[in-house]
Amino acid sequence: MGEKSGALMDGGALVALIADEDTITGFLLSGVGNVDIRKKTNYLVVDSKTTTKQIEQAFKEFVAREDIAILLISQNVANMIRLTVDQHQKAVPAVLEIPSKDNPYDPNADSLLCRVKHIFGAS
Amino acid sequence: MKIRLTGASKGHQLLKKKADALSLRFRQILKEIIEKKEGMGDIMKASFFSMTQAVYSGGEGIKHTIIDNVETASVKVTGGLDNVAGVKIPHFITAITPGESKMDLIGLGRGGQQLQHCRKAYIESIELLVALANLQTAFVTLDQALKVTNRRVNALENVVIPKIENTISYIKAELDELEREEFFRLKKVQKNKAKHAEADDTRKAAEQAAGGGGGGRGGGGAGDLLSAGQDEDVLF
Repeated sequence: MGEKSGALMDGGALVALIADEDTITGFLLSGVGNVDIRKKTNYLVVDSKTTTKQIEQAFKEFVAREDIAILLISQNVANMIRLTVDQHQKAVPAVLEIPSKDNPYDPNADSLLCRVKHIFGAS
Repeated sequence: MKIRLTGASKGHQLLKKKADALSLRFRQILKEIIEKKEGMGDIMKASFFSMTQAVYSGGEGIKHTIIDNVETASVKVTGGLDNVAGVKIPHFITAITPGESKMDLIGLGRGGQQLQHCRKAYIESIELLVALANLQTAFVTLDQALKVTNRRVNALENVVIPKIENTISYIKAELDELEREEFFRLKKVQKNKAKHAEADDTRKAAEQAAGGGGGGRGGGGAGDLLSAGQDEDVLF
């Protein structure tokens, strides 16, 4: 936790994205995208040709990076790597599921909300 | 030993209070998360819609232009550590680097207004998403902290305090036993002393009685010995 908050307090941490092309374009337009000198991006465009393995790898990479504080992932993409997403229990980066154009937001599939409801229902 | 017991029970009470405060905060955050998530779905829909409009008016090529023009992020998150009931929670704030970015210039050819409108919509959704991420991190961190605190509370309650109490009662029992033994020993010693004193008394009394008669007889014997006087020589 010590090293992770380093990026936060210094210059500012980034928001990573794993989503389909349209969603990513929209967010890039707002200025969230970042390409550094080594051509490493903080987003991954997922289309029909992207394999689950690539997505999983990108997810793990983003989570391991110290300068990423929030990770936005489309819900349909999250469903593809549901296991990896559920195993992510760390507070930083915060993994957030967002709807995509074709799939409206489904609260039942969201792993965080599932846990919330679980605890809420239990208590 | 007693100090340890008081220490343990105090710690237990304090931890319980902490656990209560944490779960209260936890529940509040839970509610907020549920509300926000539902709102988020709607805002994202609006953003997507404005995106479609922008693409429609700007032409398909606009997507590629946007992707090509990404350089450093102008939207970042900064933040610090909040302290909630003793738990440090990271906290995010959207920080938009001021100044011009290449994004301002996209769409100058066609559909510029739609594009800027779309851009604003997306920036809004980013802010909402950052707020959500805040709640989420707080939730996850509190969850972990709550589990740890509850574990400690239970451990203290079910393991440490009974153990200390057992030790204390055992020690008390031993001390009582020792005390009784001591008491018994003293009593025994007293009895013995009393017996010895009795025995001495009876002996003294017997001696005196015997001494009176025995003294006379003893003197007579001595006179006989002396008056035997002319002993016949013992010839070898």
